[in-house]
Amino acid sequence: MGSGIWVLALLVLHSVFEGIAGQEQELNHRTERISGSAGDVLEDDPVGRLKVFVYELPSKYNKKILQKDPRCLNHMFAAEIYMHWFLLSSPVRTFNPEEADWFYTPVYTTCDLTPNGLPLPFKSPRMMRSAIGLISTNWPYWNRTEGADHFFVVPHDFGACFHYQEEKAIERGILHMLKRATLVQTFGQRNHVCLKDGSIIIPPYAPPQKMQTHLIPPDTPRSIFVYFRGLFYDVGNDPEGGYYARGARASVWENFKNNPLFDISTDHPTTYYEDMQRAVFCLCPLGWAPWSPRLVEAVVFGCIPVVIADDIVLPFADAIPWEEIGVFVAEEDVPKLDTILTSIPIEVILRKQRLLANPSMKQAMLFPQPAQPGDAFHQILNGLARKLPHDNNVYMKSGQKILNWTAGPVGDLKPW
Amino acid sequence: MKQTAAQQPNRQAFTAFRSSPGVLFWPAVHVLCCLLSAAAGFRFSRLLFLLLFSPSPPSSSSLHHRHLLRQPPPAILPSPPPPHIHPPPPPAAASNGVVVGRHGIRVRPWPHPNAAEVARAHEILARLQQEQRRRYGVKDPRPVLVVTPTYARTFQALHLTGLLHSLMLVPHPLTWLVVEAGGVSNETAALLARSRLAVVHLPFHEQMPVRWHDRHRLEARMRLHALRVIRENQLDGIIVFADDSNVHRLELFDEVQKVEWMGALSVGILAHSQREGEKGQSPLPIQGPACNASGHLIGWHTFNTLPYAKKAAAFVGDGATVLPMKLEWAGFVMNSRLLWREAEEKPGWVRDLDEVGINGEEIESPLDLLKDASSVEPLGNCGKKVLLWWLRAEARSDSKFPAGWVMDPPLEIIVPAKRTPWPEAPPDLAFQVIADDEDHVEVHPSKKTRSSRSKRSSRKKKKREAHVDAQVSDLFNRQEK
Repeated sequence: MGSGIWVLALLVLHSVFEGIAGQEQELNHRTERISGSAGDVLEDDPVGRLKVFVYELPSKYNKKILQKDPRCLNHMFAAEIYMHWFLLSSPVRTFNPEEADWFYTPVYTTCDLTPNGLPLPFKSPRMMRSAIGLISTNWPYWNRTEGADHFFVVPHDFGACFHYQEEKAIERGILHMLKRATLVQTFGQRNHVCLKDGSIIIPPYAPPQKMQTHLIPPDTPRSIFVYFRGLFYDVGNDPEGGYYARGARASVWENFKNNPLFDISTDHPTTYYEDMQRAVFCLCPLGWAPWSPRLVEAVVFGCIPVVIADDIVLPFADAIPWEEIGVFVAEEDVPKLDTILTSIPIEVILRKQRLLANPSMKQAMLFPQPAQPGDAFHQILNGLARKLPHDNNVYMKSGQKILNWTAGPVGDLKPW
Repeated sequence: MKQTAAQQPNRQAFTAFRSSPGVLFWPAVHVLCCLLSAAAGFRFSRLLFLLLFSPSPPSSSSLHHRHLLRQPPPAILPSPPPPHIHPPPPPAAASNGVVVGRHGIRVRPWPHPNAAEVARAHEILARLQQEQRRRYGVKDPRPVLVVTPTYARTFQALHLTGLLHSLMLVPHPLTWLVVEAGGVSNETAALLARSRLAVVHLPFHEQMPVRWHDRHRLEARMRLHALRVIRENQLDGIIVFADDSNVHRLELFDEVQKVEWMGALSVGILAHSQREGEKGQSPLPIQGPACNASGHLIGWHTFNTLPYAKKAAAFVGDGATVLPMKLEWAGFVMNSRLLWREAEEKPGWVRDLDEVGINGEEIESPLDLLKDASSVEPLGNCGKKVLLWWLRAEARSDSKFPAGWVMDPPLEIIVPAKRTPWPEAPPDLAFQVIADDEDHVEVHPSKKTRSSRSKRSSRKKKKREAHVDAQVSDLFNRQEK
């Protein structure tokens, strides 16, 4: 009699679990959970895992710069401003620096714009040094660790190398004063001077509302095989080709301009976002720097990104398994791009589309105002939280000094 | 990033002001090189000087100064005009990363699409779209019953083939009820046999009249006949009234899946306006449901026939504007269960089909099948989306056409072309002279008889595109002289 009840109970439990599994399978059929090398961390909540102290700098480092040029709120480097605003009203912020794990310095180094809207990096090193000088004299926390528990947002082309030309950026190297700090930047390339260990790579800023307004119904059939809009030759700076994008973009054009599967041109269509939603693959080749907002746009619109940039490090690479989501093509394989893309098995393509359809994936690439759970701000905080607890060698022993305040090019030493 | 790059010239202007005087050396070298290359006739890289004249590069800084040129790989693009002098490979610094500097542009020897790959890509696209439809499209589609009245005439092949292809693309199970006036004919049967659809070919034993007014009424009766067949056989599905000359979008068949009992769609009316009509772009007239702000049906948009009152077509094929009726059947869809004798949850506002159409009652639109027209559901975003277009284009009712549109035996009339690659041979004048005086040639565009040719004017009037006919009239001139 007792065994009969056990059998009955087992049967009931079995059917219950079957029901749940069936539902999960249905969910999995539409999207898939995304877990990178750090585990299933995209949806982690950073609140309670870390505390951030925001230095109060005089407004000449942030507010006044923004007032002088409000265009800084819309360009692709706007993450530094929005990160500041987010931290000011975030629950991870603490007003007690003694209990803080991380210290944030709000200095807008990428807001000195030319009339055309491009940031000039020439004053940025001096501005950064001036800010660091200020916090080291007014608070004891910088000297305590020489910046090892401080983080800075440097979204410019080559991060903290503060130059737009790669050769000059490499020459300068990362600003000496930031040697021990954690850098939150958009630039990521392995074995490159301007990427130091422990940096957090973030996506460039793309306006979320603008992308939302251009959404089309998801049952619109994806009929474009490969899509790209942008320059192939930078005629102003590199007329022969071969320098810009290491010749990769020119190679794409020369090989595939006659191919009906490749919808590539230098046009500026008004339906750019809509077209991306009708494409299966979107090319994201490097330009003068390996990163671009195209990756963000491709992810938001469900178009599989084809990344053509050797050794690139993509945003939040420990939380997002980019290998499974995008297609990586070596620059030397560009002439074979059509063979590569048409020989991907259909199940793999379907899986990539499923991963891209996951809303947490799209959310992680965006900087919405106001912040939403799972967005790029939270991913940055999660990344910082994963670096905790700090090592013992973070704290300097008394009298020990690592940073040299006079290191770096002579022009940097002038006050700002 | 391209913005950054495009900005670089301006920024270099900025840097020039700020840099030290030692940099003036490089512009001077640049000028020297320009002069040298102008003299030599081709451009060479300035780094040649650096390598020839500079001392051996300091080893520690060479790792940072990655200005090194790589040996360009074999398939380099030669087309940017003159050939480069490739400097010898510099002392290889141990670079385990990507090298900065000028790279070659790799182009494969045959940069054209491979047919097999294009085919494979299309397979991938088809499979992906199928998956998309499965995920986002209509779930559990109900079968579609398409009712089409038709009759054998010149333009039937044109219209019916178009409709046939549209229906073949509909992804849902479909049954096509074709009602033919004048009984089942071989013409229609041959056309229908080309499709792979489930076709029910119903004869209707009356001839299609010539007057448009009578024709509309007969078509309504033919549709009623089809509805009776549906009722007798208890066919299940959504009834769509697709006239053979109308144009349908495939989204229509997805949209009608939303109907519960009876729905109304917006129909674009393509009553063709003659060229002497208004010059301004008047919007397309639409027949369909009218909704208020909250999306409820409050009335109907119908076609304004006043501008065309005098010019309306009376006979089929007389070239004037064909006017639609007040509300076309094509703009309505219904659930076939409305017609069944017993169906659960059948609403009370539909009349029994057996009582409709008896005693000479004229059915003008499906609204006459209902007792109460207010329960009709507006479809297509409350009529804002136009998913089908009404069009009537017919030849004259006495126009003849080759049976099955096959020329058997082939035509024997040979008319010499104006320009031939071989020398002019005297033609065999095997044709009949229709007009004896070339000045009074008349043109009958609607006479489509097998042996007719349209004759145009002689060279005195403006040359038309019929060079053939100019040649023919030329021959007349020569003959008569």
